[in-house]
Amino acid sequence: MIAIIDYGMGNLFSVSKALERLGEPYCITNNKNEILSADGVIVPGVGAISDAMRLLNETGMADVLKDYAASGKPILGICLGMQLLFEASEENGGCRGLGLLPGTVVKIPGVTIQGEKYKVPHMGWNLLQLRRQSPILKNVEEGFAYFVHSYYVTTENEEIILADSLYDVSVPAVVGRNNVFGTQFHPEKSSMTGMEILKNFTVLVSERVSVK
Amino acid sequence: MLTKRIIPCLDVKEGRVVKGIQFVQLRDAGDPVELARFYDEQGADELVFLDISASHEGRKTMVDVVQAVAAELAIPFTVGGGIHTLDDMKKILRAGADKVSLNTAAVNRPELITEGADFFGAQCMVVAVDAKYDEDCATWVVYTHGGRVKTDWKVLDWVKEAVRRGAGEILLTSMDCDGEKKGFDIALTKAVSTAVTVPVIASGGAGGASHFSDIFLDGKADAALAASIFHYKETSVAEVKAYIKDKGVYVR
Repeated sequence: MIAIIDYGMGNLFSVSKALERLGEPYCITNNKNEILSADGVIVPGVGAISDAMRLLNETGMADVLKDYAASGKPILGICLGMQLLFEASEENGGCRGLGLLPGTVVKIPGVTIQGEKYKVPHMGWNLLQLRRQSPILKNVEEGFAYFVHSYYVTTENEEIILADSLYDVSVPAVVGRNNVFGTQFHPEKSSMTGMEILKNFTVLVSERVSVK
Repeated sequence: MLTKRIIPCLDVKEGRVVKGIQFVQLRDAGDPVELARFYDEQGADELVFLDISASHEGRKTMVDVVQAVAAELAIPFTVGGGIHTLDDMKKILRAGADKVSLNTAAVNRPELITEGADFFGAQCMVVAVDAKYDEDCATWVVYTHGGRVKTDWKVLDWVKEAVRRGAGEILLTSMDCDGEKKGFDIALTKAVSTAVTVPVIASGGAGGASHFSDIFLDGKADAALAASIFHYKETSVAEVKAYIKDKGVYVR
Protein backbone atom coordinates (compact mmCIF):
# COMPACT_ATOMS: atom_id res chain seq x y z
CA MET A 1 0.00 0.00 0.00
CA ILE A 2 1.30 3.41 -1.03
CA ALA A 3 0.21 6.38 1.07
CA ILE A 4 -0.34 9.60 -0.87
CA ILE A 5 0.09 12.39 1.64
CA ASP A 6 -2.87 14.75 1.90
CA TYR A 7 -1.81 17.95 3.62
CA GLY A 8 -4.26 20.23 1.86
CA MET A 9 -2.17 21.05 -1.19
CA GLY A 10 -1.46 19.02 -4.23
CA ASN A 11 -2.81 17.15 -7.14
CA LEU A 12 -3.85 14.00 -5.30
CA PHE A 13 -6.31 12.91 -7.92
CA SER A 14 -3.83 12.73 -10.83
CA VAL A 15 -1.26 10.84 -8.79
CA SER A 16 -3.87 8.39 -7.51
CA LYS A 17 -5.24 7.84 -11.03
CA ALA A 18 -1.73 7.11 -12.29
CA LEU A 19 -1.28 4.48 -9.53
CA GLU A 20 -4.64 2.99 -10.49
CA ARG A 21 -3.44 2.61 -14.06
CA LEU A 22 -0.40 0.73 -12.69
CA GLY A 23 -2.66 -1.48 -10.57
CA GLU A 24 -0.99 -0.30 -7.38
CA PRO A 25 -3.04 -0.12 -4.16
CA TYR A 26 -2.96 3.29 -2.47
CA CYS A 27 -4.64 5.43 0.13
CA ILE A 28 -4.89 9.19 0.38
CA THR A 29 -4.25 10.07 3.97
CA ASN A 30 -3.11 12.49 6.64
CA ASN A 31 -3.28 9.84 9.35
CA LYS A 32 -0.01 9.26 11.21
CA ASN A 33 -0.43 5.49 11.71
CA GLU A 34 -1.55 4.94 8.15
CA ILE A 35 1.49 6.80 6.85
CA LEU A 36 3.98 5.02 9.11
CA SER A 37 2.57 1.59 8.24
CA ALA A 38 2.55 2.25 4.46
CA ASP A 39 5.03 0.41 2.21
CA GLY A 40 5.72 3.53 0.20
CA VAL A 41 4.91 7.23 0.50
CA ILE A 42 4.30 9.82 -2.20
CA VAL A 43 4.43 13.51 -1.28
CA PRO A 44 2.62 15.44 -4.02
CA GLY A 45 2.30 19.16 -4.14
CA VAL A 46 1.51 22.25 -6.07
CA GLY A 47 1.95 25.74 -4.79
CA ALA A 48 4.03 27.70 -2.38
CA ILE A 49 6.57 25.84 -0.27
CA SER A 50 6.16 28.09 2.78
CA ASP A 51 2.42 27.31 2.93
CA ALA A 52 3.13 23.61 2.46
CA MET A 53 5.74 23.52 5.25
CA ARG A 54 3.44 25.49 7.55
CA LEU A 55 0.67 22.93 6.95
CA LEU A 56 3.06 20.00 7.43
CA ASN A 57 4.37 21.49 10.67
CA GLU A 58 0.95 22.46 12.04
CA THR A 59 -0.44 18.97 11.46
CA GLY A 60 2.65 17.24 12.83
CA MET A 61 3.08 15.57 9.46
CA ALA A 62 6.60 16.97 9.01
CA ASP A 63 7.84 14.80 11.88
CA VAL A 64 5.85 11.80 10.65
CA LEU A 65 7.51 12.06 7.22
CA LYS A 66 10.97 12.35 8.81
CA ASP A 67 10.26 9.24 10.92
CA TYR A 68 8.97 7.43 7.86
CA ALA A 69 12.08 8.25 5.82
CA ALA A 70 14.29 7.12 8.71
CA SER A 71 12.58 3.70 8.56
CA GLY A 72 14.27 3.13 5.18
CA LYS A 73 11.02 2.63 3.24
CA PRO A 74 10.75 4.35 -0.18
CA ILE A 75 9.49 7.92 -0.33
CA LEU A 76 8.90 9.96 -3.50
CA GLY A 77 8.34 13.70 -3.62
CA ILE A 78 6.76 15.17 -6.73
CA CYS A 79 7.27 18.80 -7.85
CA LEU A 80 6.72 20.89 -4.70
CA GLY A 81 6.79 17.56 -2.85
CA MET A 82 10.36 17.06 -4.07
CA GLN A 83 11.38 20.56 -3.01
CA LEU A 84 9.98 19.88 0.47
CA LEU A 85 12.52 17.05 0.89
CA PHE A 86 15.41 19.55 0.91
CA GLU A 87 16.88 21.59 3.74
CA ALA A 88 15.56 25.06 3.01
CA SER A 89 13.85 27.31 0.48
CA GLU A 90 14.09 31.00 -0.24
CA GLU A 91 10.47 31.13 -1.54
CA ASN A 92 8.25 33.82 0.06
CA GLY A 93 10.98 35.09 2.37
CA GLY A 94 12.46 31.70 3.19
CA CYS A 95 11.58 28.63 5.21
CA ARG A 96 13.08 25.34 6.36
CA GLY A 97 12.27 22.08 4.59
CA LEU A 98 12.19 18.47 5.76
CA GLY A 99 15.96 18.15 5.37
CA LEU A 100 15.91 14.59 3.98
CA LEU A 101 18.19 15.60 1.10
CA PRO A 102 21.01 18.17 1.09
CA GLY A 103 20.33 21.35 -0.86
CA THR A 104 18.42 24.60 -1.09
CA VAL A 105 15.44 25.63 -3.18
CA VAL A 106 16.02 28.91 -5.02
CA LYS A 107 14.21 30.95 -7.67
CA ILE A 108 14.97 30.35 -11.34
CA PRO A 109 16.90 33.54 -12.21
CA GLY A 110 14.83 34.57 -15.27
CA VAL A 111 17.85 36.28 -16.79
CA THR A 112 20.95 34.71 -18.31
CA ILE A 113 24.52 35.61 -17.36
CA GLN A 114 24.59 37.63 -20.59
CA GLY A 115 21.60 39.64 -19.33
CA GLU A 116 19.03 38.06 -21.62
CA LYS A 117 15.60 37.68 -20.02
CA TYR A 118 13.60 34.46 -20.25
CA LYS A 119 10.29 33.26 -18.89
CA VAL A 120 9.59 31.97 -15.39
CA PRO A 121 7.82 29.68 -14.43
CA HIS A 122 9.62 26.93 -16.27
CA MET A 123 6.41 25.57 -17.72
CA GLY A 124 6.17 22.88 -20.34
CA TRP A 125 7.94 19.84 -21.78
CA ASN A 126 11.70 19.67 -21.42
CA LEU A 127 14.23 16.98 -22.30
CA LEU A 128 15.32 14.76 -19.45
CA GLN A 129 19.08 14.16 -19.44
CA LEU A 130 20.06 11.05 -17.51
CA ARG A 131 23.09 11.60 -15.27
CA ARG A 132 23.38 8.58 -12.99
CA GLN A 133 22.02 5.07 -12.82
CA SER A 134 19.35 4.46 -10.27
CA PRO A 135 16.56 1.91 -9.80
CA ILE A 136 14.08 4.82 -10.16
CA LEU A 137 15.37 5.37 -13.73
CA LYS A 138 15.43 1.72 -14.80
CA ASN A 139 14.32 1.35 -18.46
CA VAL A 140 13.81 5.13 -18.69
CA GLU A 141 15.22 6.57 -21.91
CA GLU A 142 15.97 10.21 -22.56
CA GLY A 143 12.56 11.70 -23.20
CA PHE A 144 10.40 14.69 -22.44
CA ALA A 145 8.90 15.43 -19.05
CA TYR A 146 6.35 18.05 -18.01
CA PHE A 147 7.60 20.76 -15.65
CA VAL A 148 5.70 23.53 -13.91
CA HIS A 149 7.77 25.40 -11.36
CA SER A 150 9.44 28.71 -10.58
CA TYR A 151 11.99 27.45 -8.05
CA TYR A 152 14.65 24.79 -8.41
CA VAL A 153 17.07 22.84 -6.24
CA THR A 154 20.70 23.75 -5.88
CA THR A 155 23.01 21.33 -4.13
CA GLU A 156 26.70 20.77 -3.65
CA ASN A 157 26.04 17.02 -3.48
CA GLU A 158 26.08 16.33 -7.21
CA GLU A 159 25.70 12.60 -6.60
CA ILE A 160 22.04 12.99 -5.64
CA ILE A 161 21.18 14.44 -9.08
CA LEU A 162 20.07 11.45 -11.16
CA ALA A 163 18.70 13.40 -14.13
CA ASP A 164 18.51 17.04 -15.07
CA SER A 165 17.01 19.39 -17.67
CA LEU A 166 18.47 22.53 -19.12
CA TYR A 167 16.52 25.76 -18.74
CA ASP A 168 19.28 28.37 -18.68
CA VAL A 169 20.29 26.77 -15.37
CA SER A 170 20.68 23.04 -14.90
CA VAL A 171 17.44 22.00 -13.20
CA PRO A 172 17.72 18.83 -11.08
CA ALA A 173 14.84 16.80 -12.49
CA VAL A 174 15.20 13.46 -10.73
CA VAL A 175 16.99 13.31 -7.37
CA GLY A 176 17.58 10.45 -5.03
CA ARG A 177 19.66 8.98 -2.26
CA ASN A 178 19.03 5.63 -0.60
CA ASN A 179 15.26 5.40 -0.09
CA VAL A 180 14.46 9.09 -0.72
CA PHE A 181 13.52 10.14 -4.27
CA GLY A 182 12.09 13.17 -5.95
CA THR A 183 11.04 14.42 -9.39
CA GLN A 184 10.82 18.12 -10.15
CA PHE A 185 8.49 17.37 -13.07
CA HIS A 186 5.12 15.68 -12.79
CA PRO A 187 5.60 11.99 -13.69
CA GLU A 188 1.83 11.51 -13.60
CA LYS A 189 1.58 14.16 -16.34
CA SER A 190 4.65 13.18 -18.35
CA SER A 191 3.14 10.55 -20.58
CA MET A 192 5.17 7.30 -21.03
CA THR A 193 8.42 8.61 -19.50
CA GLY A 194 6.65 9.64 -16.33
CA MET A 195 4.63 6.46 -16.03
CA GLU A 196 7.85 4.41 -16.30
CA ILE A 197 9.35 6.32 -13.35
CA LEU A 198 6.20 5.84 -11.27
CA LYS A 199 6.26 2.14 -12.16
CA ASN A 200 9.89 1.92 -10.98
CA PHE A 201 8.86 3.49 -7.69
CA THR A 202 6.11 0.89 -7.21
CA VAL A 203 8.69 -1.84 -7.96
CA LEU A 204 10.96 -0.41 -5.24
CA VAL A 205 8.00 -0.46 -2.89
CA SER A 206 7.07 -4.08 -3.64
CA GLU A 207 10.70 -5.29 -3.54
CA ARG A 208 11.00 -3.82 -0.10
CA VAL A 209 7.76 -5.51 0.92
CA SER A 210 8.94 -8.89 -0.33
CA VAL A 211 12.25 -8.82 1.59
CA LYS A 212 10.85 -7.70 4.92
CA MET B 1 15.02 24.04 -23.76
CA LEU B 2 11.25 23.92 -23.61
CA THR B 3 9.23 22.60 -26.52
CA LYS B 4 6.45 24.66 -28.06
CA ARG B 5 3.13 23.26 -26.92
CA ILE B 6 0.05 22.35 -28.96
CA ILE B 7 -3.07 22.58 -26.83
CA PRO B 8 -6.52 21.41 -27.88
CA CYS B 9 -9.20 23.33 -26.01
CA LEU B 10 -12.39 21.78 -24.77
CA ASP B 11 -15.06 24.46 -24.45
CA VAL B 12 -17.71 22.79 -22.36
CA LYS B 13 -21.32 23.65 -21.84
CA GLU B 14 -23.55 21.36 -19.79
CA GLY B 15 -21.06 18.51 -19.99
CA ARG B 16 -20.63 18.62 -23.76
CA VAL B 17 -17.78 20.11 -25.79
CA VAL B 18 -18.88 23.00 -27.97
CA LYS B 19 -17.00 25.57 -30.02
CA GLY B 20 -18.04 29.15 -30.37
CA ILE B 21 -17.87 30.66 -33.82
CA GLN B 22 -17.15 34.29 -32.86
CA PHE B 23 -18.48 33.27 -29.40
CA VAL B 24 -22.11 33.11 -30.48
CA GLN B 25 -22.93 30.22 -32.79
CA LEU B 26 -22.43 26.98 -30.92
CA ARG B 27 -22.00 23.48 -32.35
CA ASP B 28 -21.90 20.26 -30.38
CA ALA B 29 -18.55 18.59 -30.98
CA GLY B 30 -18.67 15.73 -28.53
CA ASP B 31 -18.03 14.11 -25.23
CA PRO B 32 -15.20 15.67 -23.16
CA VAL B 33 -13.90 12.34 -21.84
CA GLU B 34 -13.76 10.82 -25.30
CA LEU B 35 -11.98 13.88 -26.67
CA ALA B 36 -9.51 13.95 -23.77
CA ARG B 37 -8.51 10.35 -24.44
CA PHE B 38 -8.29 11.02 -28.18
CA TYR B 39 -5.98 14.03 -27.75
CA ASP B 40 -3.79 12.34 -25.17
CA GLU B 41 -3.15 9.48 -27.60
CA GLN B 42 -2.58 11.90 -30.48
CA GLY B 43 0.31 13.60 -28.73
CA ALA B 44 -1.34 16.77 -27.43
CA ASP B 45 1.00 18.51 -24.97
CA GLU B 46 -1.75 19.77 -22.72
CA LEU B 47 -5.50 20.34 -22.60
CA VAL B 48 -7.53 23.35 -21.63
CA PHE B 49 -11.02 22.83 -20.33
CA LEU B 50 -13.23 25.91 -20.29
CA ASP B 51 -16.77 26.13 -19.00
CA ILE B 52 -17.73 28.85 -21.48
CA SER B 53 -21.10 29.67 -20.02
CA ALA B 54 -19.93 29.87 -16.43
CA SER B 55 -19.42 33.61 -16.15
CA HIS B 56 -22.66 34.39 -17.93
CA GLU B 57 -24.92 32.19 -15.89
CA GLY B 58 -22.90 32.18 -12.72
CA ARG B 59 -22.69 28.44 -13.03
CA LYS B 60 -19.84 26.60 -11.34
CA THR B 61 -17.60 24.34 -13.37
CA MET B 62 -18.80 20.78 -13.11
CA VAL B 63 -16.26 19.17 -10.84
CA ASP B 64 -17.20 15.61 -11.74
CA VAL B 65 -16.80 16.26 -15.46
CA VAL B 66 -13.34 17.63 -14.69
CA GLN B 67 -12.61 14.48 -12.69
CA ALA B 68 -13.80 12.20 -15.47
CA VAL B 69 -11.66 14.00 -18.03
CA ALA B 70 -8.60 14.17 -15.77
CA ALA B 71 -8.81 10.43 -15.09
CA GLU B 72 -8.08 9.80 -18.78
CA LEU B 73 -5.03 12.02 -19.00
CA ALA B 74 -1.30 11.49 -18.59
CA ILE B 75 -0.73 15.07 -19.76
CA PRO B 76 -1.41 18.36 -17.96
CA PHE B 77 -4.73 20.02 -17.83
CA THR B 78 -6.00 23.55 -17.18
CA VAL B 79 -9.53 24.34 -16.05
CA GLY B 80 -11.33 27.66 -16.34
CA GLY B 81 -14.82 29.02 -16.04
CA GLY B 82 -16.84 29.77 -12.95
CA ILE B 83 -13.84 30.13 -10.67
CA HIS B 84 -14.44 33.05 -8.33
CA THR B 85 -12.86 32.15 -4.99
CA LEU B 86 -9.88 30.39 -3.45
CA ASP B 87 -12.29 27.63 -2.49
CA ASP B 88 -13.35 27.19 -6.14
CA MET B 89 -9.67 26.81 -7.06
CA LYS B 90 -9.13 24.15 -4.39
CA LYS B 91 -12.09 22.14 -5.69
CA ILE B 92 -10.83 22.26 -9.28
CA LEU B 93 -7.22 21.38 -8.43
CA ARG B 94 -8.41 18.53 -6.23
CA ALA B 95 -10.60 17.29 -9.07
CA GLY B 96 -7.43 16.69 -11.06
CA ALA B 97 -6.59 19.93 -12.81
CA ASP B 98 -2.99 21.12 -12.85
CA LYS B 99 -3.80 24.78 -13.30
CA VAL B 100 -6.80 27.02 -13.01
CA SER B 101 -7.65 29.77 -15.43
CA LEU B 102 -9.30 33.03 -14.35
CA ASN B 103 -10.93 35.46 -16.74
CA THR B 104 -13.86 37.66 -15.71
CA ALA B 105 -13.30 36.98 -12.00
CA ALA B 106 -9.72 38.25 -12.22
CA VAL B 107 -10.77 41.48 -13.92
CA ASN B 108 -13.56 42.01 -11.38
CA ARG B 109 -11.27 41.33 -8.43
CA PRO B 110 -7.57 41.22 -9.35
CA GLU B 111 -6.69 40.29 -5.72
CA LEU B 112 -8.01 36.81 -6.55
CA ILE B 113 -4.90 36.18 -8.68
CA THR B 114 -2.68 37.02 -5.72
CA GLU B 115 -4.71 34.89 -3.31
CA GLY B 116 -4.40 31.89 -5.62
CA ALA B 117 -0.71 32.48 -6.34
CA ASP B 118 0.11 32.82 -2.63
CA PHE B 119 -1.61 29.55 -1.83
CA PHE B 120 -0.93 27.40 -4.91
CA GLY B 121 2.07 29.13 -6.49
CA ALA B 122 2.05 31.35 -9.55
CA GLN B 123 2.60 28.35 -11.81
CA CYS B 124 -0.99 27.22 -11.14
CA MET B 125 -2.52 30.55 -12.05
CA VAL B 126 -3.48 31.12 -15.67
CA VAL B 127 -5.12 34.43 -16.54
CA ALA B 128 -7.27 34.16 -19.66
CA VAL B 129 -7.65 37.38 -21.64
CA ASP B 130 -10.20 37.97 -24.39
CA ALA B 131 -8.72 40.72 -26.57
CA LYS B 132 -10.29 42.80 -29.33
CA TYR B 133 -8.69 45.58 -31.31
CA ASP B 134 -10.22 48.97 -30.64
CA GLU B 135 -9.85 51.62 -33.37
CA ASP B 136 -10.41 54.55 -30.98
CA CYS B 137 -7.78 53.37 -28.50
CA ALA B 138 -5.50 52.19 -31.33
CA THR B 139 -4.72 49.10 -29.28
CA TRP B 140 -6.33 45.91 -27.98
CA VAL B 141 -8.93 46.11 -25.23
CA VAL B 142 -9.95 43.45 -22.67
CA TYR B 143 -13.43 41.93 -22.82
CA THR B 144 -15.06 39.81 -20.12
CA HIS B 145 -18.16 37.62 -19.71
CA GLY B 146 -17.30 35.45 -22.70
CA GLY B 147 -16.63 38.46 -24.89
CA ARG B 148 -19.86 40.27 -24.13
CA VAL B 149 -18.61 43.07 -21.88
CA LYS B 150 -15.99 45.62 -22.87
CA THR B 151 -13.74 46.79 -20.04
CA ASP B 152 -11.56 49.87 -19.56
CA TRP B 153 -8.42 47.74 -19.54
CA LYS B 154 -5.98 47.90 -22.42
CA VAL B 155 -4.65 44.38 -22.99
CA LEU B 156 -0.98 45.28 -22.55
CA ASP B 157 -1.71 47.05 -19.25
CA TRP B 158 -3.89 44.24 -17.95
CA VAL B 159 -1.48 41.40 -18.70
CA LYS B 160 1.34 43.25 -16.93
CA GLU B 161 -0.94 43.88 -13.95
CA ALA B 162 -2.06 40.23 -13.93
CA VAL B 163 1.54 39.01 -13.92
CA ARG B 164 2.50 41.52 -11.22
CA ARG B 165 -0.32 40.06 -9.13
CA GLY B 166 0.84 36.47 -9.62
CA ALA B 167 -0.34 35.10 -12.97
CA GLY B 168 1.96 32.30 -14.11
CA GLU B 169 0.69 32.07 -17.67
CA ILE B 170 -1.47 34.11 -20.04
CA LEU B 171 -4.09 32.46 -22.23
CA LEU B 172 -4.61 35.09 -24.90
CA THR B 173 -7.64 34.85 -27.17
CA SER B 174 -8.01 37.16 -30.13
CA MET B 175 -11.71 37.89 -30.55
CA ASP B 176 -10.93 39.41 -33.95
CA CYS B 177 -9.45 36.14 -35.23
CA ASP B 178 -11.50 33.61 -33.28
CA GLY B 179 -13.59 31.34 -35.52
CA GLU B 180 -12.24 32.87 -38.73
CA LYS B 181 -9.62 30.14 -39.35
CA LYS B 182 -7.34 32.67 -41.06
CA GLY B 183 -4.49 32.33 -38.59
CA PHE B 184 -3.63 33.45 -35.08
CA ASP B 185 -3.29 37.14 -34.23
CA ILE B 186 0.47 37.53 -34.65
CA ALA B 187 0.69 41.23 -33.75
CA LEU B 188 -1.36 40.83 -30.57
CA THR B 189 0.47 37.69 -29.43
CA LYS B 190 3.91 39.13 -30.10
CA ALA B 191 3.04 42.33 -28.25
CA VAL B 192 1.82 40.42 -25.20
CA SER B 193 4.54 37.77 -25.24
CA THR B 194 7.30 40.36 -25.28
CA ALA B 195 5.54 42.47 -22.61
CA VAL B 196 5.37 39.78 -19.93
CA THR B 197 7.82 37.34 -18.36
CA VAL B 198 5.44 34.38 -18.23
CA PRO B 199 4.44 31.92 -20.99
CA VAL B 200 1.75 33.04 -23.44
CA ILE B 201 -0.73 30.66 -25.06
CA ALA B 202 -2.06 32.05 -28.35
CA SER B 203 -5.70 31.27 -29.07
CA GLY B 204 -8.22 32.04 -31.78
CA GLY B 205 -7.93 31.73 -35.53
CA ALA B 206 -6.15 28.42 -36.16
CA GLY B 207 -7.17 27.07 -39.56
CA GLY B 208 -4.23 24.91 -40.58
CA ALA B 209 -0.75 23.71 -39.69
CA SER B 210 1.05 26.73 -41.18
CA HIS B 211 -0.78 29.02 -38.75
CA PHE B 212 0.95 27.23 -35.88
CA SER B 213 4.48 27.70 -37.23
CA ASP B 214 3.63 31.37 -37.89
CA ILE B 215 2.49 32.00 -34.33
CA PHE B 216 5.56 30.31 -32.85
CA LEU B 217 8.17 31.76 -35.18
CA ASP B 218 6.67 35.25 -35.75
CA GLY B 219 4.23 35.66 -32.86
CA LYS B 220 6.66 34.50 -30.14
CA ALA B 221 3.97 32.31 -28.56
CA ASP B 222 5.00 29.62 -26.08
CA ALA B 223 1.98 27.50 -26.83
CA ALA B 224 -0.90 27.55 -29.29
CA LEU B 225 -4.44 26.52 -28.61
CA ALA B 226 -7.16 25.41 -30.99
CA ALA B 227 -10.50 23.68 -30.78
CA SER B 228 -12.63 23.19 -33.86
CA ILE B 229 -9.90 22.22 -36.34
CA PHE B 230 -8.97 19.39 -34.00
CA HIS B 231 -12.50 18.49 -32.88
CA TYR B 232 -13.79 18.22 -36.43
CA LYS B 233 -10.61 16.39 -37.48
CA GLU B 234 -9.72 18.95 -40.14
CA THR B 235 -6.15 18.30 -39.07
CA SER B 236 -4.57 16.40 -36.18
CA VAL B 237 -2.12 17.35 -33.45
CA ALA B 238 0.36 14.88 -34.95
CA GLU B 239 0.05 16.46 -38.41
CA VAL B 240 0.54 19.96 -37.02
CA LYS B 241 3.61 18.85 -35.04
CA ALA B 242 5.20 17.13 -38.03
CA TYR B 243 4.65 20.23 -40.15
CA ILE B 244 6.01 22.79 -37.67
CA LYS B 245 8.98 20.59 -36.74
CA ASP B 246 9.92 20.73 -40.42
CA LYS B 247 9.75 24.52 -40.19
CA GLY B 248 12.23 24.54 -37.33
CA VAL B 249 9.91 24.67 -34.32
CA TYR B 250 11.12 22.58 -31.36
CA VAL B 251 8.36 20.12 -30.43
CA ARG B 252 8.00 16.99 -28.32
